Amino acid sequence: MLVGLLIIVPLIASLLVFFTKGKAARNLALGLSVVEFILSLVVFLQYKHNPDSKDLILNCAWIESLGIHFAVGIDALSLLLVLLTTFLVPLIILSSYNTNYDKPHSFYGLILMMQMALIGVFTANDGFLFYIFWELALIPIYFICLVWGGEDRGRITFKFFVYTLLGSLFMLVGLIYLYNHTGYETGIKSWAIADLYTAGKAMNLSQQSFVFWSIFLAFGIKMPVFPLHTWQPDTYVTAPTQGTMLLSGIMLKMGTFGLIKWLMPVTPLALQEWGGLAIGLSVFGIVYASCIAIVQKDYKRLVAYSSIAHVGLIAAGILSATQQGIQGAVMQMLAHGVNVVGLFLIADILMRHTGTRNIDKLGGIRSMNGNFAVLFLIVLLGSVALPLTNGFVGEFLLINGVYQYSAWVAAFAGLTVILGAVYMLRSYQAIMLGERRDSAIAFGSLVSSDKLVLYIICLVIVVFGVYPKPLNDLAEEGTKAILTYIK
Amino acid sequence: MIKLVALIPLFPLLGFLINGFFGKKINKGLSGAIASIAVLASFVIALIIFFELEHSELKSHTVNLFSWINSDTLKIPFEFLVDPLSSWFLLIITGIGFLIHIYSIGYMHNDEGFARFFTYLNLFVFFMLLLVLGNNYLIMFVGWEGVGLCSYLLIGFWFKNTAYNNAAKKAFIMNRIGDLGFLLGIILIFVTFGSITYGEVFSIASGGNEHTITAIALLLFIGAMGKSAQLPLYTWLPDAMAGPTPVSALIHAATMVTAGIYMIVRSNVFYSISEEASHVVAVIGVATALFAATIGLFQNDIKKVLAYSTVSQLGLMFLGLGVHAYSSSVFHVTTHAFFKALLFLGAGSVIHAMGGEQDMRKMGGLKKALPITFVTMLIGTIAISGIPPFSGFFSKDEILAHTYEHSPVLWFFGQIASMLTAFYMFRLLYLTFYRKFRGTHEQEHHLHESPKSMTIPLIVLAILSVVGGLLGLPEFWNLPNWMHHHLDPIIIHKSPSILNHDKEWMLMAIAVFAAGATIFFAYMVYIKNKVLPEANDEKLTGIKKLIYNKYYVDELYDAVIRKPLDIISVFFYKFMDLQIVDGIVNGVGSTVKGISSVVRKAQTGHIGLYIFSMVIGIILILFYSFIK
Repeated sequence: MLVGLLIIVPLIASLLVFFTKGKAARNLALGLSVVEFILSLVVFLQYKHNPDSKDLILNCAWIESLGIHFAVGIDALSLLLVLLTTFLVPLIILSSYNTNYDKPHSFYGLILMMQMALIGVFTANDGFLFYIFWELALIPIYFICLVWGGEDRGRITFKFFVYTLLGSLFMLVGLIYLYNHTGYETGIKSWAIADLYTAGKAMNLSQQSFVFWSIFLAFGIKMPVFPLHTWQPDTYVTAPTQGTMLLSGIMLKMGTFGLIKWLMPVTPLALQEWGGLAIGLSVFGIVYASCIAIVQKDYKRLVAYSSIAHVGLIAAGILSATQQGIQGAVMQMLAHGVNVVGLFLIADILMRHTGTRNIDKLGGIRSMNGNFAVLFLIVLLGSVALPLTNGFVGEFLLINGVYQYSAWVAAFAGLTVILGAVYMLRSYQAIMLGERRDSAIAFGSLVSSDKLVLYIICLVIVVFGVYPKPLNDLAEEGTKAILTYIK
Repeated sequence: MIKLVALIPLFPLLGFLINGFFGKKINKGLSGAIASIAVLASFVIALIIFFELEHSELKSHTVNLFSWINSDTLKIPFEFLVDPLSSWFLLIITGIGFLIHIYSIGYMHNDEGFARFFTYLNLFVFFMLLLVLGNNYLIMFVGWEGVGLCSYLLIGFWFKNTAYNNAAKKAFIMNRIGDLGFLLGIILIFVTFGSITYGEVFSIASGGNEHTITAIALLLFIGAMGKSAQLPLYTWLPDAMAGPTPVSALIHAATMVTAGIYMIVRSNVFYSISEEASHVVAVIGVATALFAATIGLFQNDIKKVLAYSTVSQLGLMFLGLGVHAYSSSVFHVTTHAFFKALLFLGAGSVIHAMGGEQDMRKMGGLKKALPITFVTMLIGTIAISGIPPFSGFFSKDEILAHTYEHSPVLWFFGQIASMLTAFYMFRLLYLTFYRKFRGTHEQEHHLHESPKSMTIPLIVLAILSVVGGLLGLPEFWNLPNWMHHHLDPIIIHKSPSILNHDKEWMLMAIAVFAAGATIFFAYMVYIKNKVLPEANDEKLTGIKKLIYNKYYVDELYDAVIRKPLDIISVFFYKFMDLQIVDGIVNGVGSTVKGISSVVRKAQTGHIGLYIFSMVIGIILILFYSFIK
């Protein structure tokens, strides 16, 4: 029942917010998203207490004739992603407190709607339901970008929508193909995840390859991995800050999570055959996107490309199919989610305080606001994976996992250690250090909501860098469970 | 007490937090006192633990704090190791660290970033202590990158200056190049031995494949090259002199840059197994020693001379490591920490008196105005030049003697490097303290000896620089080499000395004679003939110009790495991404659009046309079914 509540609460919250007038909408949205976060903590405690508890699964027939169930459940991996979602959504809402959006009730209602869909994606145990939630998540973000976005939003949002929708359709084809292979022994077709695993494993290589690529395409676009990424920088830049945070902080994890739970265990043979190519693309994307990030002028676009680089390493780690690779990917998904929200908030703060995000026009902000400089630096260090920040645990395990696949590939992927420092420190220096530029003259102290969000993010960066055990234990357990299906 | 070893890094961490959160609200005196007392407290505990370990039968104690990263068979606890090596480094770090904290109170007293300075300094000490205390390679790596961060923050301490910021960034990025090697080395250790905890790995290392061990040793050494500024990753260290002088003394001379030596001594089993890797270490070490020493000959900035001297001395230590003289290198780390910290702090005292001037061409005759600084720096200079019985003589001689056993050629180059050292150090001394004052009248008027908070650390370090040699007296004099015995338990494969006493006497005589002759030569040039470095550097020609411009290595890196990286990045962005990849995506989009607009024309809205095409369709279907 608890798991059902996790989905229902944001749904009801979103409806309530839709019907609230004016500024009250965002307060209500914030309050309800905090309730959802508390609820997810209850789920966490329940899981720790008894992982097999009946409260953590829900399974009722939906379309019986097609073997479709409304089946959701909490396991170690989905719990981590749910926690990430419920933790980030209140922060994302809070980060909007200094921007006055038109029609706030729709804006916040859509955010909560999206939260519902995301939690659905992370908890679904039925292939069809997974697909429904997957597509459902696209609709709110589409409107958020389209209505509240920046320059040229129509064209860019359309491209984003068509691109991801196309990927999803390939996934649907792959899933239906898989579904048609279920029930060889019993004669009863089913969308249940366990049955899809069994069906996938029974396939020969060419069948698995078909499923692998059609589903990989959807996940690859969502993350995105090279060369499926070109919708991403424009969309991230044009979307309103909260939209960008939702996309990069949580939504891209749908792709990486999907890879772990919905693809790897289904097509182990295809993974052996094609994993190398997919890893090659991911790893090339790391260096490619890092290099591009070095020459960006718009800080938001720079962070967008850095996200492609990070996600490339995550994908490579997952595809290495090793304990360290997948576990590192999960840890990095959590860290990246938190850090990237921090970075996009910083981009937003720069824009609000100086009127520009162009790093050539910025400079010397540190002499105006030392406090902000420190917070920015901590988020940056998390992003470049300095030890004792949250980013390091994942990155170390990831490179370790990729190394077990191939030492040379790991060395190439490891260039992210150097290039990440290059683009992050270059931009930090340009924005914060040096003599004060004209743009920084009016840079006063931060407003309390921004400060609060940054403080929370920095706290998480350090606490889970020093003591990642609570999360890492879950990631370890979840990875072991997945690996039993792959090996 | 050993169980309480966690207190040692805890105190500086607390100091960091207090100054970090409340530094702006409390006054400078309190802020400096908190930071210094934190390090002093660590030093006292380190001292107690050191003596406890000396009297303990068991030479290796682990203290487990909590489990940090677990991934199936990979278990990485947050665990400390107290053994002869770490306990010795603890003393150096907290001892020298404390002296430099005291010195900084005087040196930084006018700076508006006073509390921030001590915040960073405490954080540095914390990470440096983690580096040497960790019981596995990943904790070492935590400290390793942490000190890199602090180095970045302190080099760019005066953050309004773009050149300083560039130097800070360069240091961080060059270190990260090394760090990647280190990280891959750690992973290879895990993949090979199934663990990265020292004891577990070292106990089975001998059974490892020699090629793999060579690879591990070389990857670790890449990390050491970055941190300890060895060829080709050394260029960040001279630039790092942008930081306040106490930082140069603590981080860029006495402690952080010796982390690479600590790492290799810690991993000595790998290097003892892999002769190839040791060879690489020795050759790179001696090459760096020689290369940096030649650059040091022509530098006019007092701190730059000391910086190149540090690079060169570190090279000498790596030469020692490469010939398996591990304890000799630690000995040299120790004496070098004494005299190089002394020299840097002395230089700081000079710069302080000169109102920020660092160019030696504008100094001269300072020995009257700064007597304490002069005498202490004279001691430091004698110590580094290898004149007995000062400390540097013993430690350097030990390294060179061991080198001779391995290869007289390497010994020869090492000997040349130490002659050059004696020359440029006495050049520094003569140009700064002797002859006539060459600065402005205003500067001359303001010349003053530094306050007690600065001179007392100088005096303490000077005493240590004199007597430090007692830590490792030559064994062939039938004297106890304490350092050698102290570190004995952690050296896994021992190589006994094969030199006979005559040879050792001979080498020692050559070294002393060479140093004496060089100093005499420097005296002739700079005191007798009153030579002054060219005021206008453009007049230089040939090899002098090449060396003066530091062999154009920075320019070379710019042309070979930085520019190409920028070009590739622009190419990826402007061409690959915007034109090719996105071009294809948009191309697919517009193709679909194009086809649609053609097909759309069939939708005319004329019912007649639709009926007509239906009839054609039916006829075709019928025709098809007939021929089938």
